Amino acid sequence: MLLILFLPKKKSFVTNDPDKVLKADKIIFPGQGAMPGCVEELDKRGLKEVLIESAKQKPFLGICLGLQMLFEISDEGNQKGFGLLPGKVIKFKSDYKERIKIPHMGWNSVIQSNTHPMWRNIKSGSKFYFVHSYFAQTSDERLVVGHTEYGDNFASAVARDNIFACQFHPEKSAAIGLQLLENFISWEM
Amino acid sequence: MSLAKRIIPCLDVTNGRVVKGINFVELQDAGDPVEVAKKYNEQGADELTFLDITASSDNRGLIFDIIENVAKQIFIPMTVGGGVGTCEDVRNLLNAGADKVGINTAAIKNPDLVAEAASRFGSQAIVVAIDAKKVDDHWEVFTHGGRNPTGINALDWAKKMVKFGAGELLITSMDKDGTKTGFDNILNKLISESVQVPLIASGGVGNLQHLVDGVKVGGADAVLAASIFHYGEYSIQEAKAYMSKNDIQVR
Repeated sequence: MLLILFLPKKKSFVTNDPDKVLKADKIIFPGQGAMPGCVEELDKRGLKEVLIESAKQKPFLGICLGLQMLFEISDEGNQKGFGLLPGKVIKFKSDYKERIKIPHMGWNSVIQSNTHPMWRNIKSGSKFYFVHSYFAQTSDERLVVGHTEYGDNFASAVARDNIFACQFHPEKSAAIGLQLLENFISWEM
Repeated sequence: MSLAKRIIPCLDVTNGRVVKGINFVELQDAGDPVEVAKKYNEQGADELTFLDITASSDNRGLIFDIIENVAKQIFIPMTVGGGVGTCEDVRNLLNAGADKVGINTAAIKNPDLVAEAASRFGSQAIVVAIDAKKVDDHWEVFTHGGRNPTGINALDWAKKMVKFGAGELLITSMDKDGTKTGFDNILNKLISESVQVPLIASGGVGNLQHLVDGVKVGGADAVLAASIFHYGEYSIQEAKAYMSKNDIQVR
């Protein structure tokens, strides 16, 4: 199942209807499962092109796989993404200096490397809930608005123009996560 | 590394209510699941685990309403276990709002269930719960609250379940459960060092030092406890403050 949440005039709903996506004011795109399956489902439902179009214009919040999808390609199934942001999605390695468990699961600090309206009332270093085995590696450091240490120092939040995407789950990050979602609702372009 | 060790209160539910009791006898009503979940969320719990201990099949459907109601109001991860037997059960619980589903006895009867569920819903959604008991020089997997031996070596089983796609392991020591003498840290360390997925330690917590030992001695990524929180002996904040004082990263 695909969960795509749209916010026309602050009223939110979940849909997989391409027409409704086109009409929405803002879009939350969480993605779900593995990248190849997700792309296949989006294609099948005629949502891929619509989402790419929307992500070029409207306030767009990508969450977890919804962040990874924005990049060019993923090591997961060698799957092509939307190609809106430069970079690729790679897996955590099993041979960092410090032994890590995979998936990266639990609450970890997000260091804010850039200011952004989405960080309003959220302190740098706040802990958010993560659960993932892959992360995005971008060739354009200016896109990184938050980073997190786990084996690698990886980009846990990226942004450009109308796009903000996070690898963590604001919807599972208690009060601090709700603040981020609130910031998205009030985000004026 | 700044990934916090998680503290997870475990809520036993039956017939739509949270209950508490020692060794499942003389169950006492401990409140409405949404209210109890809210209380732990406010105290800073990192996750919640719901264990459905409903015996009669008539009332099993109640767990879906509970999870739905909790998920509407509380925004932290939730694991639900107890009586999960099929992929359909997993799907229904995830749809109700669970983030992860615990599989225990059904995995022993049919290990492929774990593989099937992991490939359908992702490893991150599948927690395999293992009840282990020391037998001679090794640990064996038991079912039915430690009453039924399976003849399966717990370490081998843990490795197999990870290979099948489990994203996390919940290890409960049947020797320690209910004793309030601490986790079986030797067992936990053995498993934690042999698998790559996170390990939740369970069974035996009687004080806050036990939580610290679970992480530092047993190598647990998360610690689960029921009675010390339910009876108000300690709050989650107190547990976190104590762990933090002992140089463990907490949220």
